[in-house]
Amino acid sequence: MPSLKDLRNRINSVKATRKITKAMQMVAAAKLRRAQEAAEASRPYAERMDMVLANLAKGVANPENASPLLVGTGKEDTHLLIMMTAERGLCGGFNSNIAKLVRQDALQLIKDGKKVKILAVGRKGADNLRRDLGNYITDRVSLAGLKTVGFEQASEIADKVMAGFGDEEFDVCTVYYAQFESVISQKPTGQQLIPARLPEASDDAAAADGHGNASYEYEPEEEVLLDQLLRRNISTQIFRGLLENAASEQGARMSAMDSATRNASDMIDSLTLSYNRQRQAQITKELIEIISGAEAL
Amino acid sequence: MAGTFKFELVSPERILMSVEAEQVIIPGAEGPFTVLEGHAPVVSTLLPGVIHVTTPSSKQAIFVRFGFAEVTAEQLTVLAERAFIVEEADPRQLDQELDLARKALDDADTDDARLHVSRAIEELKALIDQAA
Repeated sequence: MPSLKDLRNRINSVKATRKITKAMQMVAAAKLRRAQEAAEASRPYAERMDMVLANLAKGVANPENASPLLVGTGKEDTHLLIMMTAERGLCGGFNSNIAKLVRQDALQLIKDGKKVKILAVGRKGADNLRRDLGNYITDRVSLAGLKTVGFEQASEIADKVMAGFGDEEFDVCTVYYAQFESVISQKPTGQQLIPARLPEASDDAAAADGHGNASYEYEPEEEVLLDQLLRRNISTQIFRGLLENAASEQGARMSAMDSATRNASDMIDSLTLSYNRQRQAQITKELIEIISGAEAL
Repeated sequence: MAGTFKFELVSPERILMSVEAEQVIIPGAEGPFTVLEGHAPVVSTLLPGVIHVTTPSSKQAIFVRFGFAEVTAEQLTVLAERAFIVEEADPRQLDQELDLARKALDDADTDDARLHVSRAIEELKALIDQAA
């Protein structure tokens, strides 16, 4: 049975912990709002990009001449997996869920006899895979010390990817990040970057937009333009992943810290209860001792 | 007075500008071109350079690094990876762009590209002088 003093210390320490988790939750909530705004603000760019790309891709007649970014290199022996995780922990299952998905896909690819390379963005995911898949991590990008992810980080990663693709270091590139669904749910997803999966240009949507299928003139020619846009699209997609991930991380941290705060409160309640019980028991015991001492006289 | 059309400048981070414009001059990949109301639909990539926007009330210059423009009869959308409005820009930012442009000039491999980049450098210099 812990003494009264022990109990008191315990309660104080749990209270201090609760203060920290509560503060972290509030910080995460503020950051989440900013991350969500950033993700929303980036949407128009990506949507336009998708639309123009889809229109262009539809117009390209002979796929043999099309960019390898769109049709692939013709083989799929080497896969590059870009794993986006956070730089910091204490955000529930966020990092390990992404790492789990990457591990599962990587093991499957290895079993199928493909070569696997992993580009780790963020420290936590790489730490998670270090023990069993450490040898496959070929490159790392650190996001440490950044307040918000900007387009520069996305272009930096995209440049690495493009350079690697140019040197034929891999044939297929997939990016893994957590899709932000809501504060309590973030879904780890894998999205193929190269060869590009373009959204189908739906005629209804285009028509509704007022642009219709207006016959555009292209400068330079369609194939060249498509190739250039596909290159740019890589960084756009990566940027989108980074932003989604940033929002997901804060959402995950917020709900993790919320439940930690709640757990701490429960713990304080039960500790306070046993503290009071024990105090009362001690008073009663002392009283009995005094009374029985008086009776003995 | 000339008719107006909608001009939108979108960067990956946010929509930078959305105004009614009378005339916009764009540094297209195959030469600069001017967009007025009712322009034929064009999709063109942009080279680094300055976009000149004329609205009924003002004139603005915007510097863009890579991007592309989508023109329809009613609307002009410019997607730019890097863009800033010259008047609001920090002089240091302009200097940085100038350095980048000079580097691009060294890397340029065709005469056309060199010509274009040197033109962009001239324009940038003029803007910096104006700001100073």
